[in-house]
Amino acid sequence: MGLIKESQQEQLKEKFKDLDEKIKLIVFTQEMECQYCRETRGLMEDLADLADKIDIEVYDFVNDKEKVEEYNIDKIPATVVEGEKDYGVRFYGIPAGYEFTSLVATIMNISSSESELSEKTIEELKKIDKPLNIDIFVTLTCPYCPNAVEIAHKLAKENDFIKSNMIESSEFPELMQKNNITSVPTVVVNNDMNFPGNLPEKEFVDNLIKAVT
Amino acid sequence: MGSDILNLELILPEDEQERISNSDDIYDLLIIGGGSAGMTSAVYAARKQMKTLLISKDLGGQLLWTSDIENYMGYQYITGRELTDKFKAQMQQFPIVDIITGINVEKISRQDNLFLALTENGKSYRGKTIIIATGKRYRPLNVPGEKELVGKGISYCATCDAPLYKGKDVAVIGGGNSGITSVIDLRNISNNIYVINNSNVWQADPVLIERIKDAENFIPMLSHNVLAIHGKDSVTGITVQSIKTGEQKTLDIQGVFIEIGLLPNSELVKEIISLTDLGEIMVDCGCRTAVPGLFGAGDVTTVPEKQIGVAIGEGIKASLSAYKYLLRMT
Repeated sequence: MGLIKESQQEQLKEKFKDLDEKIKLIVFTQEMECQYCRETRGLMEDLADLADKIDIEVYDFVNDKEKVEEYNIDKIPATVVEGEKDYGVRFYGIPAGYEFTSLVATIMNISSSESELSEKTIEELKKIDKPLNIDIFVTLTCPYCPNAVEIAHKLAKENDFIKSNMIESSEFPELMQKNNITSVPTVVVNNDMNFPGNLPEKEFVDNLIKAVT
Repeated sequence: MGSDILNLELILPEDEQERISNSDDIYDLLIIGGGSAGMTSAVYAARKQMKTLLISKDLGGQLLWTSDIENYMGYQYITGRELTDKFKAQMQQFPIVDIITGINVEKISRQDNLFLALTENGKSYRGKTIIIATGKRYRPLNVPGEKELVGKGISYCATCDAPLYKGKDVAVIGGGNSGITSVIDLRNISNNIYVINNSNVWQADPVLIERIKDAENFIPMLSHNVLAIHGKDSVTGITVQSIKTGEQKTLDIQGVFIEIGLLPNSELVKEIISLTDLGEIMVDCGCRTAVPGLFGAGDVTTVPEKQIGVAIGEGIKASLSAYKYLLRMT
């Protein structure tokens, strides 16, 4: 079906030459009853075709119970970006539109042997020593959203207590309603506190730490 | 959702986002603001070999929250982020330009013959000349309920938030290009869209009005003011008043999109230069101001028409004026 334009394919092939660690895109899908399952799977397959270092695994949400449990997946479509290990980085819903930028940036970051966070952030993150779940509600038409998703995913890579999930709002209206999401990006911490996510890294981390302490 | 919503936006991260040689240096030119005007000034300054520092909260400015651009020459269609990326790449190819992002400049002052830019984190940078290209920000409506409900049903970015208002009744405040563009974003998603405008005509381009005028869910309310926004945890309604009859009405809605124009980010220079009633920096056709060595470019100035193309032209003029001013100084 080819969501990735030819010119983008060329750009990506070039970019993916800088990949360090191998990346595994683990897609949870189901042929029926899932709005963008097919498109998500197609997008990830196309991405995996662009680099030797990117592999893809596809699982069925209903039949592959073991994997669903292993990766703690509770809705689909879901994509895990796994590097050396599973850092707790998830995309729920299709990372198309502006979120494609988040997906590519996250692949680069997870693969990189270095952290892209500032030294100050890395220091601050040491304060987080309890499980912390970050849900970033986005839409595909939101130019500010990738910033929030990219930061949260970087934090998850840095600190094993942190799990980070992009949630494409329009595919999960019940979650949107439950969390009273009325603008994006909104960051929901531990299913409870929330703050607007359009922030520089430092303020993002400050808000996160304020929310859990 | 249509399939076009899946169109992939690929903005690859820059390898180098910030660079600065030595902050004790005296720059030939300080550029405050990294939108269309500021980045253009930087490119022209670099080509004149002026030692330049650009300081900005972000690179892109208002371009970052512009979804579709159809009137910037050379591109029949381009998104704000794509265009931003092209501007950035063009500026960053010149090593003579130092760039600091992620920080606001709070105040500009004079020190001997130099300009001093003081940032919010307490650092200061010195330049022989300075261009203020700080652009504009959203203008609030200033009605009861607005402050309390921002992020709870009040939105300033219809493109971002439209998908959250599927099947809901919403109000768009403002009948200019931004207001009507919001209606275009919402028309296939929301239920009723009340469009409230305090003028008796639409200020938007006729080509935009044409696209929405037949939409069944478009409910125009010309010559109306908004008196208050209601709601506790989220927006539940607004009260509007007819300017002609004085009649008040409360509309049950779940979302409000405020698109009533912009305010200039000019506070940082108010101690060294007087601003217009609208808060803009008065410039002449060469982007010069009443303070020699201080130039203004783009939306923060009195230049008529706030357009990307206009900001580009102003950025060029400001930079070349600064260059000529430096030549005379030495």
